[in-house]
Amino acid sequence: MIYEVSNLAIIIFLFIVGLVLGLSFYFARKTKSASSYYAAGGNIHWAVNGIAFAGDYLSAASFLGICGMIAYSGYDGFLYSIGYLAGWVVALFLVAEPLKKLGKYTFTDALDSRFNSKYIKLAASISTLIVSVFYLIPQMVGAGDLVVPLLGLPHWIGVLIVGSLVIFIVATAGMTSTTYVQFIKGALLIIFSTILTIYILNNGFTLTPNENYHKFDKVAASMVNGTDLSIADPDYQVKATQRAGSKTFVKLERGGNEYWYNVNIKEDKITLEEALYTTSKPSGEKLYNGAPKSERKFYQVGHLSKIVIDGKEVSKSGPVGPFEFLRIVGNSEVVRFSKNTFQDGDDKVTVWNQNVTSGGKVMKPGLIYKLTKEAGATFWDRMNFLSLMLALFLGTSALPHILIRYYTVSSQRAARKSTIVAIAAIGFFYILTLYMGLGAMINGVLDVESSNMSGPLLAKTFGIGLFSIISAIAFATVLGTVSGLIVASSGAIAHDFIDKYLQVEMTDRGKVKAGKIAAVCVGIFAIILGILFKGMNVSFLVGLAFAVAASANLPSILFLLFWKKTTAKGIASSIFVGIVSSIGIILFSPTMYEKYGLIPKDAPIPLDNPGIISIPLAVITLVVVSLLTQKDNSTKDFSK
Amino acid sequence: MIHEPVVETGIDKAAAAKAKFGVIMFVIYTLVYSGFVLIGLTKPEWMGLEFVGGQNLAIIYGFGLIVLAIVMGFIYNYYCTKMEDRMNKH
Repeated sequence: MIYEVSNLAIIIFLFIVGLVLGLSFYFARKTKSASSYYAAGGNIHWAVNGIAFAGDYLSAASFLGICGMIAYSGYDGFLYSIGYLAGWVVALFLVAEPLKKLGKYTFTDALDSRFNSKYIKLAASISTLIVSVFYLIPQMVGAGDLVVPLLGLPHWIGVLIVGSLVIFIVATAGMTSTTYVQFIKGALLIIFSTILTIYILNNGFTLTPNENYHKFDKVAASMVNGTDLSIADPDYQVKATQRAGSKTFVKLERGGNEYWYNVNIKEDKITLEEALYTTSKPSGEKLYNGAPKSERKFYQVGHLSKIVIDGKEVSKSGPVGPFEFLRIVGNSEVVRFSKNTFQDGDDKVTVWNQNVTSGGKVMKPGLIYKLTKEAGATFWDRMNFLSLMLALFLGTSALPHILIRYYTVSSQRAARKSTIVAIAAIGFFYILTLYMGLGAMINGVLDVESSNMSGPLLAKTFGIGLFSIISAIAFATVLGTVSGLIVASSGAIAHDFIDKYLQVEMTDRGKVKAGKIAAVCVGIFAIILGILFKGMNVSFLVGLAFAVAASANLPSILFLLFWKKTTAKGIASSIFVGIVSSIGIILFSPTMYEKYGLIPKDAPIPLDNPGIISIPLAVITLVVVSLLTQKDNSTKDFSK
Repeated sequence: MIHEPVVETGIDKAAAAKAKFGVIMFVIYTLVYSGFVLIGLTKPEWMGLEFVGGQNLAIIYGFGLIVLAIVMGFIYNYYCTKMEDRMNKH
């Protein structure tokens, strides 16, 4: 997709980035000790910390990924909102206060507080690093997606900008500046998402999203000799036919140009429906609807084919209320765009065909996660759903970059209160994601090549000003989250591994310096991964990070807090088993097979989310190894 | 190796009572959350049934889980604060 770049967008973007950098300069002068670098000196107010929690947590996955997923797959995207928020319940009721009491700077400190074990230090620092890197990938991918329409720059430059800025922020001032960056962007994101939702409700529904919206061509056809398609209209000529899964596509020549159409057969009537397509030539050239990108023949999509209000079909509505909005979507009919890929001679063709879907199906689970027999759900489809919901529920309270925020407040009471502020702010935002996602689905804004841009592109229909602000905030969102992740990663390397595990003698200033060098290294690594994973939905990728965190970290945290027989070796083994099993399943999953260029159905493990296998495996390991190593505990007094 | 917090938190006599209350709240929420997952797994067609105010069960249950987390958070904080004030008074 080619986007018009606006000067206003660039000015607002530069203002937000300037604000973030200004804050970093300001706090850099105050960051002298390890405690201020890793934990902001433990002096952040609970309300500020609560919104900073929200700023940290509402990452690119939440704003870009969830909105995009809802825009393409309806309620299944909202499952992420429900799961992400539910995970905070585990954090609040079980983890927040004890962890605040046990830890100093990092998640490893808390896990190791009872044992002083080298095994735990090593396992937990590796786990922190891996989970943070898994979480970093989608943030960088999201940043790259954002700069394309915002600044008109290629994806990889966006990744590079974010990486460089964050390295600068973290390497200058650590947790204090990270906290305030997250606080500002968390607050702005919630305020402007609310404004965007008000725009959506005020705009209501219409069958033609805007005056420039593409009018999709439809051609009647018939079958000749039982196999060949024939078109009565002499303006069209059939050039080729291809199958992709259960779909048939036909290439038609019209007015000297070639277009792909989807073959729709209903009650013996054949209709050919125009689709969007890209063609990748062996030479590396890519055509959009048969022409180079610069000719702008590729267009934004997403509309309603039927609007039903109070049982009557209408062509548009006026402003609607929040519940009325959901009810009308549920009763109407949406045109979604489904992706299919096939070879046409030497060319690789990707087609996005119109997929008319009843609003009833959009408003319940099932478009991604097949659950009913009618939809052809298998055992593994159901396991995928269960695995996702389990990983999201248990993942939040195991994310190291979230856990370290408990060390930035002064007391356990403050830790608890800041968690509640976070839950309220995040919960409110997640309700808005349903409106923003559905709004993008029906307002003709979708870029079929990038689901991640649905939210910001929706804002663009309501004015370039709103788009610019929302995009700049989304960019700051990435900055805030990536900063938190890099602080956690640098803590794992410099504090947990070099200082505690290797026991390298360092002064307080030396520890800060080691943390900054580690931040630069992790930042560079994140930039490379962000470029490699271009094109994947960021919320899906974050779902994987949650699964790794829930498998590697949560069993250790909960058993440490609630089972006295837990041993250091039990914790360390559980972390390693959780990491290896979850990453192993991900690497052999259907989605990764598709990424490798292989056939997804050939994947040896038919699960996309590993939680259902890897979490129980980590728990069993912890219990068994702890029971086998009870003598390690017999010499220690855990009464405190 | 000492892993003391950055800021001294002092002795909290209410810690055990709060932990117990937290577990109870966690179990309640987990049961409600499990209900949602269980319906999705065993009776997915129920998710599309109209429930209240023209909204289907999926919407009501999904919104309900989000709102319940917020409400339970406030209840938890209210009682924990009371416990702290009472038990740490002397």
